[in-house]
Amino acid sequence: MSLAKSPWIIHVNCNSCNGCDIEVVACLTPLYDAERFGVLNIGTPKQADIMVVTGSVNYKNVNVLKNIYNQIPDPKVVLAVGACASTGGIFHDCYNVIGGVDQVIPVDAYVPGCCPRPEAILDGVVAALSILENKKKGNIKGKEVKLKGNEVPSNA
Amino acid sequence: MNDILTIILVLIGAPIIGCLASGIDRKITARLQGRVGPPLLQPYYDVKKLLSKDNMVVNPSQNFYVVVYLAFIILSLFMLVFKQDFLMIIFVYTVASVALVVGGMSTGSPYARIGSSREIMAILSYEPVLILYALAIYLLTGTFKLSALLDASSPLLMYTPLIFIAMIVVLNIKLKKSPFDYSTSHHGHQELIKGMTTEYGGPGFATIEIAHFYEYVFLTGLIFLFWASTPVIGVLIGIIAYLLVIVIDNITARVYWQWMLKLSWTILLVISLVNIAYLYVSGVKLV
Repeated sequence: MSLAKSPWIIHVNCNSCNGCDIEVVACLTPLYDAERFGVLNIGTPKQADIMVVTGSVNYKNVNVLKNIYNQIPDPKVVLAVGACASTGGIFHDCYNVIGGVDQVIPVDAYVPGCCPRPEAILDGVVAALSILENKKKGNIKGKEVKLKGNEVPSNA
Repeated sequence: MNDILTIILVLIGAPIIGCLASGIDRKITARLQGRVGPPLLQPYYDVKKLLSKDNMVVNPSQNFYVVVYLAFIILSLFMLVFKQDFLMIIFVYTVASVALVVGGMSTGSPYARIGSSREIMAILSYEPVLILYALAIYLLTGTFKLSALLDASSPLLMYTPLIFIAMIVVLNIKLKKSPFDYSTSHHGHQELIKGMTTEYGGPGFATIEIAHFYEYVFLTGLIFLFWASTPVIGVLIGIIAYLLVIVIDNITARVYWQWMLKLSWTILLVISLVNIAYLYVSGVKLV
Protein backbone atom coordinates (compact mmCIF):
# COMPACT_ATOMS: atom_id res chain seq x y z
CA MET A 1 0.00 0.00 0.00
CA SER A 2 2.96 2.29 0.68
CA LEU A 3 4.00 2.28 -2.96
CA ALA A 4 0.68 3.70 -4.12
CA LYS A 5 0.89 6.55 -1.62
CA SER A 6 4.18 8.00 -2.76
CA PRO A 7 4.94 7.38 -6.42
CA TRP A 8 8.02 9.24 -7.55
CA ILE A 9 8.32 10.05 -11.20
CA ILE A 10 11.25 10.42 -13.52
CA HIS A 11 10.44 12.19 -16.73
CA VAL A 12 12.40 11.09 -19.81
CA ASN A 13 12.23 13.07 -23.02
CA CYS A 14 12.95 11.01 -26.15
CA ASN A 15 12.97 13.74 -28.80
CA SER A 16 9.53 14.93 -27.86
CA CYS A 17 8.30 18.16 -29.48
CA ASN A 18 7.87 19.59 -25.93
CA GLY A 19 4.07 19.47 -26.19
CA CYS A 20 3.67 16.44 -23.90
CA ASP A 21 6.45 17.71 -21.65
CA ILE A 22 4.66 20.90 -20.70
CA GLU A 23 1.51 18.89 -20.10
CA VAL A 24 3.46 16.64 -17.71
CA VAL A 25 4.83 19.73 -15.96
CA ALA A 26 1.31 21.19 -15.88
CA CYS A 27 0.31 18.25 -13.66
CA LEU A 28 2.65 19.60 -10.99
CA THR A 29 1.33 23.17 -11.09
CA PRO A 30 -1.17 24.45 -8.48
CA LEU A 31 -4.12 23.89 -10.84
CA TYR A 32 -3.76 20.09 -10.95
CA ASP A 33 -1.32 19.59 -8.04
CA ALA A 34 -0.11 16.02 -8.44
CA GLU A 35 1.56 16.29 -5.04
CA ARG A 36 -1.86 15.67 -3.44
CA PHE A 37 -1.28 12.00 -4.26
CA GLY A 38 2.36 12.14 -3.18
CA VAL A 39 3.64 12.37 -6.75
CA LEU A 40 7.04 14.04 -6.90
CA ASN A 41 9.07 14.76 -10.01
CA ILE A 42 12.36 13.38 -8.78
CA GLY A 43 15.26 13.93 -11.11
CA THR A 44 17.27 10.81 -10.51
CA PRO A 45 16.36 7.29 -11.70
CA LYS A 46 17.76 5.73 -8.53
CA GLN A 47 14.86 7.08 -6.48
CA ALA A 48 12.05 6.79 -9.04
CA ASP A 49 9.16 4.31 -9.29
CA ILE A 50 7.40 5.46 -12.44
CA MET A 51 9.18 6.30 -15.67
CA VAL A 52 7.22 8.78 -17.77
CA VAL A 53 8.42 8.70 -21.38
CA THR A 54 7.41 11.29 -23.98
CA GLY A 55 8.35 11.31 -27.65
CA SER A 56 9.21 8.67 -30.21
CA VAL A 57 12.27 6.46 -29.84
CA ASN A 58 14.94 6.78 -32.51
CA TYR A 59 18.42 5.41 -33.07
CA LYS A 60 20.06 8.40 -31.39
CA ASN A 61 18.39 8.11 -27.99
CA VAL A 62 17.56 4.43 -27.68
CA ASN A 63 20.63 3.67 -25.57
CA VAL A 64 19.93 6.59 -23.24
CA LEU A 65 16.40 5.28 -22.70
CA LYS A 66 17.63 1.75 -21.94
CA ASN A 67 20.31 3.09 -19.62
CA ILE A 68 17.83 5.08 -17.56
CA TYR A 69 15.40 2.15 -17.48
CA ASN A 70 18.10 -0.17 -16.13
CA GLN A 71 18.97 2.29 -13.35
CA ILE A 72 15.50 2.31 -11.78
CA PRO A 73 15.27 -0.10 -8.82
CA ASP A 74 12.48 -2.71 -8.83
CA PRO A 75 9.46 -2.56 -8.65
CA LYS A 76 9.07 -0.11 -11.53
CA VAL A 77 6.51 0.75 -14.18
CA VAL A 78 6.81 2.59 -17.48
CA LEU A 79 4.17 5.07 -18.60
CA ALA A 80 4.15 6.12 -22.26
CA VAL A 81 2.64 9.60 -22.56
CA GLY A 82 1.37 10.86 -25.91
CA ALA A 83 0.86 9.44 -29.35
CA CYS A 84 4.57 9.39 -30.21
CA ALA A 85 5.57 7.40 -27.14
CA SER A 86 2.70 4.97 -27.65
CA THR A 87 3.11 4.13 -31.34
CA GLY A 88 5.51 6.57 -32.94
CA GLY A 89 2.72 8.96 -33.85
CA ILE A 90 3.15 11.05 -37.00
CA PHE A 91 6.87 10.20 -37.04
CA HIS A 92 6.15 6.49 -37.33
CA ASP A 93 7.42 6.10 -40.91
CA CYS A 94 10.50 8.30 -40.61
CA TYR A 95 13.76 6.56 -41.53
CA ASN A 96 15.44 7.01 -38.15
CA VAL A 97 12.45 6.26 -35.90
CA ILE A 98 12.16 2.85 -34.25
CA GLY A 99 8.58 3.46 -33.13
CA GLY A 100 6.87 3.52 -29.75
CA VAL A 101 8.62 2.96 -26.45
CA ASP A 102 7.31 -0.61 -26.32
CA GLN A 103 9.64 -1.55 -29.17
CA VAL A 104 12.57 -1.15 -26.76
CA ILE A 105 11.45 -1.55 -23.13
CA PRO A 106 8.30 -3.10 -21.63
CA VAL A 107 5.52 -0.50 -21.23
CA ASP A 108 2.81 -0.93 -18.59
CA ALA A 109 0.40 1.90 -19.35
CA TYR A 110 -0.30 4.15 -22.33
CA VAL A 111 -1.74 7.67 -22.34
CA PRO A 112 -2.75 8.37 -25.95
CA GLY A 113 -3.47 11.83 -27.31
CA CYS A 114 -1.70 14.70 -28.97
CA CYS A 115 -1.30 16.32 -26.54
CA PRO A 116 -2.87 14.32 -23.72
CA ARG A 117 -4.65 16.52 -21.20
CA PRO A 118 -3.18 16.73 -17.68
CA GLU A 119 -6.28 14.93 -16.37
CA ALA A 120 -5.49 12.03 -18.71
CA ILE A 121 -1.86 11.94 -17.55
CA LEU A 122 -2.92 11.85 -13.89
CA ASP A 123 -5.37 9.09 -14.85
CA GLY A 124 -2.49 7.16 -16.40
CA VAL A 125 -0.38 7.58 -13.28
CA VAL A 126 -3.23 6.26 -11.12
CA ALA A 127 -3.64 3.29 -13.51
CA ALA A 128 0.11 2.65 -13.26
CA LEU A 129 -0.10 2.62 -9.46
CA SER A 130 -2.25 -0.51 -9.32
CA ILE A 131 0.19 -2.24 -11.68
CA LEU A 132 3.02 -1.13 -9.40
CA GLU A 133 1.26 -2.67 -6.39
CA ASN A 134 0.72 -5.94 -8.27
CA LYS A 135 4.40 -6.02 -9.23
CA LYS A 136 5.32 -5.54 -5.59
CA LYS A 137 2.99 -8.35 -4.47
CA GLY A 138 4.12 -10.75 -7.17
CA ASN A 139 7.76 -9.69 -6.79
CA ILE A 140 7.95 -9.16 -10.57
CA LYS A 141 11.32 -7.85 -11.69
CA GLY A 142 11.78 -5.54 -14.63
CA LYS A 143 13.30 -6.94 -17.79
CA GLU A 144 17.07 -6.62 -18.04
CA VAL A 145 17.50 -4.61 -21.24
CA LYS A 146 20.76 -5.00 -23.13
CA LEU A 147 22.33 -1.79 -24.38
CA LYS A 148 23.62 -3.46 -27.57
CA GLY A 149 20.29 -4.48 -29.03
CA ASN A 150 19.44 -5.50 -32.57
CA GLU A 151 17.59 -2.32 -33.45
CA VAL A 152 20.64 -0.40 -34.61
CA PRO A 153 20.81 -0.74 -38.41
CA SER A 154 24.09 -2.13 -39.72
CA ASN A 155 24.64 0.82 -42.05
CA ALA A 156 24.10 3.48 -39.35
CA MET B 1 17.03 2.66 34.75
CA ASN B 2 15.85 6.21 34.22
CA ASP B 3 18.56 6.79 31.62
CA ILE B 4 17.56 3.68 29.67
CA LEU B 5 13.94 4.90 29.59
CA THR B 6 15.12 8.28 28.27
CA ILE B 7 17.22 6.59 25.56
CA ILE B 8 14.25 4.51 24.38
CA LEU B 9 11.97 7.57 24.42
CA VAL B 10 14.41 9.63 22.34
CA LEU B 11 15.09 6.78 19.89
CA ILE B 12 11.37 6.27 19.20
CA GLY B 13 9.99 9.76 19.82
CA ALA B 14 12.46 11.89 17.84
CA PRO B 15 11.73 10.35 14.39
CA ILE B 16 7.98 10.67 15.01
CA ILE B 17 8.33 14.37 15.89
CA GLY B 18 10.71 14.90 12.97
CA CYS B 19 8.35 13.13 10.56
CA LEU B 20 5.45 15.33 11.67
CA ALA B 21 7.65 18.43 11.35
CA SER B 22 8.62 17.41 7.82
CA GLY B 23 4.97 16.82 6.94
CA ILE B 24 3.94 20.19 8.36
CA ASP B 25 6.75 21.74 6.31
CA ARG B 26 5.41 20.26 3.07
CA LYS B 27 1.82 21.16 3.94
CA ILE B 28 2.64 24.81 4.75
CA THR B 29 4.82 25.07 1.64
CA ALA B 30 1.94 23.82 -0.50
CA ARG B 31 -0.49 26.23 1.12
CA LEU B 32 1.84 29.18 0.57
CA GLN B 33 2.08 28.22 -3.12
CA GLY B 34 -1.70 27.95 -3.51
CA ARG B 35 -1.79 24.14 -3.63
CA VAL B 36 -3.67 21.58 -1.55
CA GLY B 37 -0.55 19.68 -0.67
CA PRO B 38 0.17 16.06 0.34
CA PRO B 39 -1.27 14.42 3.45
CA LEU B 40 0.44 15.18 6.74
CA LEU B 41 2.03 11.71 7.00
CA GLN B 42 3.56 11.87 3.49
CA PRO B 43 7.21 11.66 4.72
CA TYR B 44 6.29 8.46 6.57
CA TYR B 45 4.80 6.96 3.39
CA ASP B 46 7.91 7.98 1.46
CA VAL B 47 10.26 6.28 3.93
CA LYS B 48 8.09 3.16 4.02
CA LYS B 49 8.12 2.99 0.24
CA LEU B 50 11.88 3.55 0.00
CA LEU B 51 12.52 0.73 2.48
CA SER B 52 10.52 -1.67 0.29
CA LYS B 53 12.51 -0.91 -2.87
CA ASP B 54 15.59 -2.68 -4.16
CA ASN B 55 18.92 -1.43 -2.87
CA MET B 56 20.98 -0.09 -5.76
CA VAL B 57 24.54 0.98 -5.06
CA VAL B 58 27.14 2.50 -7.33
CA ASN B 59 30.01 2.12 -4.91
CA PRO B 60 29.79 -0.80 -2.44
CA SER B 61 30.93 1.42 0.44
CA GLN B 62 28.51 4.31 -0.06
CA ASN B 63 25.83 3.01 2.31
CA PHE B 64 28.40 2.68 5.10
CA TYR B 65 28.78 6.47 5.18
CA VAL B 66 25.01 6.85 5.44
CA VAL B 67 24.97 4.60 8.51
CA VAL B 68 27.81 6.67 10.01
CA TYR B 69 25.76 9.82 9.35
CA LEU B 70 22.70 8.37 11.09
CA ALA B 71 24.71 7.03 14.05
CA PHE B 72 26.48 10.32 14.73
CA ILE B 73 23.27 12.37 14.41
CA ILE B 74 21.64 10.10 17.01
CA LEU B 75 24.75 10.31 19.20
CA SER B 76 24.74 14.12 19.11
CA LEU B 77 21.04 14.15 19.95
CA PHE B 78 21.69 11.87 22.95
CA MET B 79 24.49 14.14 24.13
CA LEU B 80 22.10 17.08 23.92
CA VAL B 81 19.41 15.22 25.88
CA PHE B 82 21.87 14.12 28.58
CA LYS B 83 23.21 17.71 28.87
CA GLN B 84 26.82 16.91 27.97
CA ASP B 85 29.67 19.17 26.86
CA PHE B 86 28.38 21.55 24.17
CA LEU B 87 31.72 21.84 22.37
CA MET B 88 31.84 18.05 22.02
CA ILE B 89 28.29 18.03 20.65
CA ILE B 90 29.36 20.40 17.88
CA PHE B 91 32.33 18.17 17.00
CA VAL B 92 30.21 15.00 16.88
CA TYR B 93 27.62 16.78 14.76
CA THR B 94 30.33 17.93 12.33
CA VAL B 95 31.49 14.33 11.94
CA ALA B 96 27.95 13.43 10.88
CA SER B 97 27.86 16.22 8.28
CA VAL B 98 31.27 15.26 6.92
CA ALA B 99 30.19 11.60 6.64
CA LEU B 100 27.39 12.62 4.30
CA VAL B 101 29.83 14.68 2.25
CA VAL B 102 32.26 11.77 1.93
CA GLY B 103 29.39 9.49 0.98
CA GLY B 104 28.35 11.85 -1.77
CA MET B 105 31.92 12.10 -3.02
CA SER B 106 32.39 8.32 -3.04
CA THR B 107 29.67 7.74 -5.64
CA GLY B 108 31.60 9.52 -8.36
CA SER B 109 28.58 11.14 -9.95
CA PRO B 110 29.36 14.71 -11.08
CA TYR B 111 26.14 16.00 -9.54
CA ALA B 112 26.98 14.38 -6.21
CA ARG B 113 30.49 15.82 -6.34
CA ILE B 114 29.30 19.37 -6.94
CA GLY B 115 26.69 18.97 -4.19
CA SER B 116 29.31 17.68 -1.77
CA SER B 117 31.65 20.58 -2.56
CA ARG B 118 28.85 23.02 -1.84
CA GLU B 119 27.99 21.22 1.38
CA ILE B 120 31.62 21.62 2.51
CA MET B 121 31.21 25.36 1.87
CA ALA B 122 28.05 25.31 3.99
CA ILE B 123 29.93 23.58 6.84
CA LEU B 124 32.67 26.20 6.49
CA SER B 125 30.03 28.92 6.81
CA TYR B 126 28.14 27.81 9.90
CA GLU B 127 30.91 26.28 12.05
CA PRO B 128 32.36 29.60 13.37
CA VAL B 129 28.92 30.77 14.49
CA LEU B 130 28.32 27.52 16.37
CA ILE B 131 31.73 27.78 18.07
CA LEU B 132 30.94 31.36 19.13
CA TYR B 133 27.60 30.13 20.48
CA ALA B 134 29.49 27.62 22.63
CA LEU B 135 31.84 30.40 23.74
CA ALA B 136 28.87 32.54 24.80
CA ILE B 137 27.54 29.65 26.91
CA TYR B 138 31.00 29.33 28.49
CA LEU B 139 31.22 33.04 29.30
CA LEU B 140 27.77 33.09 30.87
CA THR B 141 27.95 29.90 32.94
CA GLY B 142 31.67 29.28 33.38
CA THR B 143 31.46 25.79 31.86
CA PHE B 144 30.72 24.15 28.51
CA LYS B 145 28.38 21.65 30.16
CA LEU B 146 24.73 22.24 29.32
CA SER B 147 23.52 21.11 32.73
CA ALA B 148 24.50 24.55 34.05
CA LEU B 149 21.94 26.19 31.75
CA LEU B 150 19.01 24.46 33.45
CA ASP B 151 19.60 26.07 36.84
CA ALA B 152 20.44 29.47 35.35
CA SER B 153 18.74 32.44 37.02
CA SER B 154 17.58 34.03 33.74
CA PRO B 155 17.34 32.69 30.16
CA LEU B 156 20.26 32.81 27.75
CA LEU B 157 18.32 34.85 25.18
CA MET B 158 18.37 37.94 27.42
CA TYR B 159 22.13 38.31 26.92
CA THR B 160 22.64 36.71 23.47
CA PRO B 161 20.02 38.24 21.13
CA LEU B 162 22.52 38.76 18.28
CA ILE B 163 23.74 35.17 18.41
CA PHE B 164 20.09 34.09 18.30
CA ILE B 165 19.67 35.93 14.98
CA ALA B 166 22.82 34.26 13.67
CA MET B 167 21.55 30.85 14.83
CA ILE B 168 18.30 31.29 12.87
CA VAL B 169 20.41 31.63 9.70
CA VAL B 170 22.47 28.59 10.73
CA LEU B 171 19.22 26.65 11.15
CA ASN B 172 18.31 27.71 7.62
CA ILE B 173 21.66 26.50 6.28
CA LYS B 174 21.56 23.18 8.13
CA LEU B 175 17.98 22.32 7.23
CA LYS B 176 18.99 22.91 3.58
CA LYS B 177 16.21 25.36 2.97
CA SER B 178 16.16 28.18 0.45
CA PRO B 179 18.13 30.51 0.00
CA PHE B 180 20.84 27.99 1.01
CA ASP B 181 19.36 24.78 -0.45
CA TYR B 182 21.97 24.13 -3.10
CA SER B 183 23.72 21.06 -1.71
CA THR B 184 20.66 18.80 -1.61
CA SER B 185 17.76 20.34 -3.39
CA HIS B 186 14.26 19.13 -2.54
CA HIS B 187 13.20 19.58 -6.13
CA GLY B 188 14.96 16.99 -8.22
CA HIS B 189 14.43 18.59 -11.60
CA GLN B 190 16.74 21.54 -11.19
CA GLU B 191 20.34 22.29 -12.06
CA LEU B 192 21.77 19.79 -9.56
CA ILE B 193 19.56 16.74 -9.75
CA LYS B 194 19.51 15.86 -6.06
CA GLY B 195 22.94 17.12 -5.09
CA MET B 196 24.74 14.85 -2.64
CA THR B 197 22.01 12.21 -2.54
CA THR B 198 21.70 11.71 -6.30
CA GLU B 199 23.14 8.20 -6.38
CA TYR B 200 21.31 6.88 -3.32
CA GLY B 201 18.19 4.83 -3.81
CA GLY B 202 15.93 2.60 -1.80
CA PRO B 203 16.94 1.77 1.80
CA GLY B 204 20.07 3.93 1.66
CA PHE B 205 18.03 7.01 0.83
CA ALA B 206 15.45 6.03 3.46
CA THR B 207 18.25 6.04 6.05
CA ILE B 208 19.16 9.59 5.03
CA GLU B 209 15.51 10.62 5.42
CA ILE B 210 15.30 9.06 8.91
CA ALA B 211 18.53 10.84 9.86
CA HIS B 212 16.94 14.07 8.66
CA PHE B 213 14.04 13.45 11.06
CA TYR B 214 16.50 13.17 13.94
CA GLU B 215 18.28 16.27 12.67
CA TYR B 216 15.08 18.34 12.77
CA VAL B 217 14.74 17.55 16.47
CA PHE B 218 18.43 18.16 17.18
CA LEU B 219 18.55 21.57 15.48
CA THR B 220 15.34 22.71 17.17
CA GLY B 221 16.98 21.58 20.41
CA LEU B 222 19.88 23.97 19.77
CA ILE B 223 17.34 26.82 19.57
CA PHE B 224 15.62 25.45 22.69
CA LEU B 225 18.82 26.10 24.69
CA PHE B 226 18.21 29.85 24.45
CA TRP B 227 15.38 29.52 27.00
CA ALA B 228 16.20 26.26 28.73
CA SER B 229 15.38 27.57 32.23
CA THR B 230 11.62 27.33 31.49
CA PRO B 231 11.21 24.43 29.02
CA VAL B 232 7.73 25.39 27.76
CA ILE B 233 8.92 28.75 26.42
CA GLY B 234 12.04 27.07 25.02
CA VAL B 235 9.97 24.59 23.00
CA LEU B 236 7.75 27.44 21.78
CA ILE B 237 10.79 29.43 20.60
CA GLY B 238 12.07 26.34 18.80
CA ILE B 239 8.73 25.84 17.00
CA ILE B 240 8.51 29.55 16.08
CA ALA B 241 12.07 29.47 14.69
CA TYR B 242 11.20 26.38 12.62
CA LEU B 243 8.06 28.00 11.18
CA LEU B 244 10.07 31.15 10.40
CA VAL B 245 12.58 29.01 8.46
CA ILE B 246 9.73 27.48 6.43
CA VAL B 247 8.39 30.93 5.56
CA ILE B 248 11.88 32.14 4.58
CA ASP B 249 12.20 29.01 2.44
CA ASN B 250 9.15 30.01 0.43
CA ILE B 251 9.86 33.71 -0.07
CA THR B 252 13.49 33.55 -1.19
CA ALA B 253 15.29 32.31 -4.28
CA ARG B 254 18.44 30.22 -4.30
CA VAL B 255 21.71 32.15 -4.09
CA TYR B 256 25.19 31.06 -5.07
CA TRP B 257 27.55 29.87 -2.38
CA GLN B 258 29.86 32.90 -2.48
CA TRP B 259 26.93 35.03 -1.31
CA MET B 260 26.33 32.77 1.67
CA LEU B 261 30.00 32.74 2.61
CA LYS B 262 30.12 36.54 2.48
CA LEU B 263 26.97 36.77 4.59
CA SER B 264 28.10 34.36 7.28
CA TRP B 265 31.75 35.43 7.50
CA THR B 266 30.95 39.14 7.66
CA ILE B 267 27.52 39.92 9.10
CA LEU B 268 26.88 36.80 11.19
CA LEU B 269 30.43 36.58 12.50
CA VAL B 270 30.56 40.30 13.33
CA ILE B 271 27.27 40.38 15.23
CA SER B 272 28.27 37.24 17.13
CA LEU B 273 31.64 38.77 18.01
CA VAL B 274 29.93 41.99 19.17
CA ASN B 275 27.74 39.88 21.42
CA ILE B 276 30.78 37.99 22.79
CA ALA B 277 32.59 41.26 23.41
CA TYR B 278 29.61 42.62 25.33
CA LEU B 279 29.49 39.48 27.49
CA TYR B 280 33.25 39.68 28.08
CA VAL B 281 33.22 43.37 29.07
CA SER B 282 30.10 43.34 31.21
CA GLY B 283 31.08 40.12 32.97
CA VAL B 284 27.50 38.84 33.39
CA LYS B 285 27.23 35.46 35.07
CA LEU B 286 24.03 33.44 35.02
CA VAL B 287 25.14 30.84 37.56
